[in-house]
Amino acid sequence: MAPYLANYLPQWLAYLAVGLVQCVLLLLIPFVGAMFFVWVERKVSARIQDRLGPTRCGGKFGWLQLLADGLKLITKEDLRPKDADSVLFLLAPYVSFCASFTALLALPFSNGWVAQGLDVGVFFVLAVLALEVFGVILAGYASASKWSLFGAMREAAQVVSYEVPLGLCVVVPVLITGEMDLVKIGQMQQGLFTNWLIFHDPFIFITFWVYFTCATASVNRAPFDLAEAESELVAGFHTEYSGFRWLAFYMAEYGSMFAVSGLAAILFFGGWNGPLPVTQLLGLTPEHGALAGWFGNFLGLLNFVFKCVAGVTFMIWVRWTLPRLRIDQVMQVCLKYCTPIAAVMFLGATLWTYFVPGGLVLPSMYAERYVQFSAVEPAAQASPATNVARPGGEPADGHRLSAATRLDSGQGAR
Amino acid sequence: MSFFSQPVGVSHFLVVGAVLFVSGVVCMAVKRNALGVLMGIELVLNGANVNFVAFSSPFLRSDNAYALGLDGQLISLFVIVLAAAEAAVALAITLNFYNNHSTVDVDRADELKG
Amino acid sequence: MTVHPINWHTAFFMLYAVVACTFGVAVVVSSNIVRMALYLIVSLGATAGLFFLAGADFVGAMQLFIYVGGTLVLLIFGVMLTAKGPFISMRTSGGDWIVAVLLSGCLMALLVPAAFSVASWRNERHAAVDAEPDDSDTAVLAAPRTVAAAHQPAATEEPPAPFIDDNGDGIPDVQPKTATALGLGLLGARVDAIDAKPEMRPGMSGYLLPFELISVHLLVVLIGAAYLARAKRRVR
Repeated sequence: MAPYLANYLPQWLAYLAVGLVQCVLLLLIPFVGAMFFVWVERKVSARIQDRLGPTRCGGKFGWLQLLADGLKLITKEDLRPKDADSVLFLLAPYVSFCASFTALLALPFSNGWVAQGLDVGVFFVLAVLALEVFGVILAGYASASKWSLFGAMREAAQVVSYEVPLGLCVVVPVLITGEMDLVKIGQMQQGLFTNWLIFHDPFIFITFWVYFTCATASVNRAPFDLAEAESELVAGFHTEYSGFRWLAFYMAEYGSMFAVSGLAAILFFGGWNGPLPVTQLLGLTPEHGALAGWFGNFLGLLNFVFKCVAGVTFMIWVRWTLPRLRIDQVMQVCLKYCTPIAAVMFLGATLWTYFVPGGLVLPSMYAERYVQFSAVEPAAQASPATNVARPGGEPADGHRLSAATRLDSGQGAR
Repeated sequence: MSFFSQPVGVSHFLVVGAVLFVSGVVCMAVKRNALGVLMGIELVLNGANVNFVAFSSPFLRSDNAYALGLDGQLISLFVIVLAAAEAAVALAITLNFYNNHSTVDVDRADELKG
Repeated sequence: MTVHPINWHTAFFMLYAVVACTFGVAVVVSSNIVRMALYLIVSLGATAGLFFLAGADFVGAMQLFIYVGGTLVLLIFGVMLTAKGPFISMRTSGGDWIVAVLLSGCLMALLVPAAFSVASWRNERHAAVDAEPDDSDTAVLAAPRTVAAAHQPAATEEPPAPFIDDNGDGIPDVQPKTATALGLGLLGARVDAIDAKPEMRPGMSGYLLPFELISVHLLVVLIGAAYLARAKRRVR
């Protein structure tokens, strides 16, 4: 997009414009998403508790409630405790918000529709989401309140612990696809829904549920929301916050819920690919013209957003169904259950890809080239694999392979 | 403004590494809080990492073919992992010290003084 | 006077470098332990940005993931466990500061000239005039190419960069991809040896043994830290 615009504008202006457009589009997710999900949460929780939820504000279903909530929060008085560490207190919500927003930068919303595609996208998203905890810790310390500090300590312990099983779970799809680039992982799951990674083998099916548990814990949602357990800690780390800064925490929470759901959608549920390859059947691919490709990508975007919303709704459902755990139980779930199960699933998926070839198993291009490299004398071969370790070397168009040829190449390399 | 039109080189990264390294050394030397000393160690390791990555980068020097290549990045990965291990042990020692002496002042750890 | 187009790589380098250095120094100068921890986070985060700029994307992500997201959270955990009244701000005496400033001045005076001492490290692509051919460092470390460039017009001697670089600003046009090569390096196979010059190849060894050693090391550390930090009170 930016190189295209650069034909008409100065280069820096073109890049700046494109960057701003992408930022604004991504900012819609925490802003609008938070308002929408608050409304969803109210309605879902109400239905689960056999109530109606908001009904009056704005006619049917209380859909204007989201705007009313936002206005109420913005017009609230901005409180700051007397003993608070003022700089850190002001800074903390934005640290959280920036972390959860930055994670969205590397998340592809459709085939190639990603603000910043990264070769290590999976780890980048995880790493940036882990930074959200700093906002919570700073808020807890800076509020100069016992409740806040306890909440922050719990959050720190919980997030550091749950990073381990979360990382182990995420490694399983990476292992099967041989890619850490989220766009390529999504492209590999093209076709029927049987190509989705969650249906690849039984181990990854279980891995998804472990991932979901750990993701719920790492974004601090019930039943793992110990950092804001209102029955013991008033409101945990955001006890002293009000108004827009409290809203920033809230948006960060919903933003990271969206991000982990999006990661789950790409790693396990085919990303932007629908259950049926509708866009391919209708010819809505870039090969049939730019407009067709754009429209196909737009359908993919709808698919992806639907999957993310479904994931968040599932988290809301879990929150209002299960009771909150105690802090020692939270740690037990992580260390005694999630980590060993994730490790066993990792081992199982490894063995499965080795002994049961086929399905989506495909060796990465680098692995194929490595076989070439080790087979041929280092001095003799120069031409066939010259761009292997080259940092700028665009790999051959392997990600455009159809599922069938991938199957073949997978078995061929074995 | 001609500086901004020039590509950066290894040298510029080395200066950043040097600043981080010196900050870390001074931090280790002057802080009395044991955790402050630990932060100094992190800064020193990070300065070293900047140097390793800069030397490994294939486009920061005019003779690109002689860059360190992946070795630098691999070693900086090892440094990151070792720093994590070192921080865990140092933190355990500090908390143990705090439990026994109710202080984190490293100058107070002088019980073995003759 | 010609208007130089801004090299955005350099501009972003300056941004990250200034942030990293400023907050690195701020860690030393500040006396509040919690602020120090915050400054350290910012400094290490900016360093991760520098890694991305140097083309080490995997190392940058690992820096964010392990260092900033793991180690520093642990450190802050320790800070908060021990942050009680007098320990939050422990001041350093004036004499210590004088020694520290002397020490840092000496070290910087040593390191900064050393950083600029080798011509090829300066990466001056289009003006290799100030590269001195008979400088001993240059002769050893770098290259017939720099020497040649000093004698002949630079344009004809510009070496083919080992990456796609159409606009010639020394920055690759496509993203660096290092993760797979690094992973294979940890398993003992160096794919970058394919591209390397023949005289560079003998030094490129795999890293399987260090990788295994570090795994065992981490396990030992895990057990050791758990043993050291287990809850116990001295009975007096």
